[in-house]
Amino acid sequence: MANKRIDQPTGTETVGHEWDGIEELNTPLPRWWLWTFYACIAFSAVYVVLYPAWPMIDKATAGTLGWSSRGDLAKEMTAADMARQSVFEKIAATDIEKLPGSPELMQAAVSGGAAAFKVNCVQCHGAGAAGYQQFGYPNLNDDDWIWGGTLTDIEYTLTHGIRWQNAADTRVNYMPAFEGVLDQSQIGAVANHVLSLSGKAKANSIGAQLFTENCAACHGPVGAGMPAMGAPALNDAIWLYGGTEAAVRKQILAPRHGVMPAWKDRLDPVTIKMLAAYVHSRGGGQKAAPAQPDTTPTPATTGAVAQTAEKAKTDG
Amino acid sequence: MGSALYEKGKTVHNKRIDGPFRRFKWLVMLVTLAIYYITPWIRWDRGPYAPDQAVLIDLANRRFYMFDIEIWPHEFYFVAGMLIMAGIGLFIVTSAVGRAWCGYACPQTVWTDVFQHVDRFFDGDRNARARLDKAPWTVSKTARRLAKWAVYLAIAFWTGGAWIMYFADAPTLTVDFWTGNAAPVAYATVAILTGTTFWLGGFMREQVCIYMCPWPRIQTAMLDEKSLIVTYKDWRGEQRGSLKKAAKNPDQFGDCIDCNMCVAVCPTGVDIREGQQIGCITCGLCIDACDKVMAEVGRPRGLIDYATLDQCKAEAAGAPATPAWKALLRPRIFIYFGVWGAIGAGLLFALGTRTHTDLTVSPDRNPPYMLLKDGSVRNAYTLRLRNMEARPRDMEIAMLGLPRGAVMWTDAVSVENAAPVQVIAVPANETKIVRAYVMLPPGTDEDDSEHFAFRLTSLDEQGEQDIAETTFAMPEDDE
Repeated sequence: MANKRIDQPTGTETVGHEWDGIEELNTPLPRWWLWTFYACIAFSAVYVVLYPAWPMIDKATAGTLGWSSRGDLAKEMTAADMARQSVFEKIAATDIEKLPGSPELMQAAVSGGAAAFKVNCVQCHGAGAAGYQQFGYPNLNDDDWIWGGTLTDIEYTLTHGIRWQNAADTRVNYMPAFEGVLDQSQIGAVANHVLSLSGKAKANSIGAQLFTENCAACHGPVGAGMPAMGAPALNDAIWLYGGTEAAVRKQILAPRHGVMPAWKDRLDPVTIKMLAAYVHSRGGGQKAAPAQPDTTPTPATTGAVAQTAEKAKTDG
Repeated sequence: MGSALYEKGKTVHNKRIDGPFRRFKWLVMLVTLAIYYITPWIRWDRGPYAPDQAVLIDLANRRFYMFDIEIWPHEFYFVAGMLIMAGIGLFIVTSAVGRAWCGYACPQTVWTDVFQHVDRFFDGDRNARARLDKAPWTVSKTARRLAKWAVYLAIAFWTGGAWIMYFADAPTLTVDFWTGNAAPVAYATVAILTGTTFWLGGFMREQVCIYMCPWPRIQTAMLDEKSLIVTYKDWRGEQRGSLKKAAKNPDQFGDCIDCNMCVAVCPTGVDIREGQQIGCITCGLCIDACDKVMAEVGRPRGLIDYATLDQCKAEAAGAPATPAWKALLRPRIFIYFGVWGAIGAGLLFALGTRTHTDLTVSPDRNPPYMLLKDGSVRNAYTLRLRNMEARPRDMEIAMLGLPRGAVMWTDAVSVENAAPVQVIAVPANETKIVRAYVMLPPGTDEDDSEHFAFRLTSLDEQGEQDIAETTFAMPEDDE
């Protein structure tokens, strides 16, 4: 520090260093700045004791306050759950068909259902609930319902599933395979007749005759379907496995049967109710008819369906 | 120790002075503080659906009210525009009159000034205050200091307390605040602002300007030889000497009698005779002081004065003194002013022509369309209907450019009531989000998707309209 000198233009002393002719003026910091620095050190010393700080091998030191960001999250989630609790209780206590009568509850149910849908349903039915035709996952936005589209129907389907072996009350039906029962030309005629029901082909009497004998029992004389036993309507524009002649033939020869899990073992009743409300709200939901003579299958039908199911299982 | 690493803080005990600039400073202080404290209490009737506070930043409901203007979040460009104008405004002020902002209007300056007057009230003027500072801590000094700091604290609390009034209904908040019912953030804000005002205004003062504030640095870069600054005319003042000395050798000495009055009155404690410096906030108090002294000794005023460096140079070379306002007439200021005015005019135009209805549409993209049983095609849209009037309004939604037979319904109006036009009640001052379905009948001949628009019409005497374009998606082929 031997080269300290007074810099003429500024009248300030230099610190004595010199690098290639560049010198540094000694303009001291104000002392309060130094105190700020000490205050920061003191703060950090306290912080290190109170909060997680030193990284160890598997985790950091915990700190005496026991604070963690995970704990914060858990607290917030618990608080959010508590806040929702009263709404959940109200939804649980409300009959599902009465939900639309209370717009706030319905809105809460639809929002909750939308969230649950993203977690549990999008894997098959897609994020937009539009399904995947190539896999036979049905579209939930349209107004065609194989098993019925009222809130009660949808809730039942969600609770017990479709063709779900572990659920006693699951919805079951199996369309018999007509391979070997009808020959190729007969199948062509039936397929043609089926397409004609929605105006996609010309009517033919052979197909109509075969349809009445083999198909009308479940699908109805004009192919309007029977939601009570899960027989899809054939006279509309919506085709689960495709509406081309080839697709229809394929379905008559060797029908495919989709499976949906029963959610009663995995989701609580309120979540299922909310999911039903959400699916119902996607634009195609049906209103419950005042009188529903056909909603509950007669024991005889159930028996027949169960027999068919057993047969299909052994066949498969 | 000339080379100490840290410098002990020196308290500035500025002497009382009166003069034109001091009076101007009083006026600015009065106006700015009045605006700050009174504004939130001005009432403004907006009807039953909107707050009646003239200036209100309603963070919870995301609205900004300023007299007849109401800014919504989607109109934030008005606020951005005003911030840009404030920025350019500071550029204009700086290039025209130097650090006038620092000297008169900056809150730090105003509050420092207030606190320095409190000092003067309790402890007397410059010399008395300096003496008391050095005096030992007797009972009377302690009592005086505590009283003074209590007043500091009261001012600081009033400052912080006034701030929160801008963010909620002022009379209600005042009652809530004192009854312990205000939001925790209100108490925290008041506590923080009380603390910072007490500390920055009461103790840090000029240290904020010199060490903390970025604005002096920016201004240093913006000032040039044509900017007005407070300057000591050294060619006139030097060689300094007392009246006695000057009487003996009149030829050797200039006009400066080295009375140090300019230093004594300076609120930041600088010596203006050393020239432009970061500590000089150009408040003009030294001009008042020097003019007074010059008058007493019978010399012309303006030894320290507002002038540009160019004017000083010309004056030193013998040219007559130019009036300070001439410094304002130069291209740089006109360009800044032009930009500033253009933004202002643009904002005013936008403000004058905006409607109080707004419609935005986002079509469902997943799935883009929905085939229904009877072969008709349905699309779903999320409509956002903004009613920016402080009263509920019915609004009509129509579809423009879709083929005949297109109908629409919403989540509130079921499919049985589908119609080409729907009327929706939108609450006052709110955005209503509506999920709407549009359906084209079977057999509509469209290849891919069709452009069309929703038209929103307010069903009142204003009949305001907004049109939002979107598309209708169709199945690509008939399978």
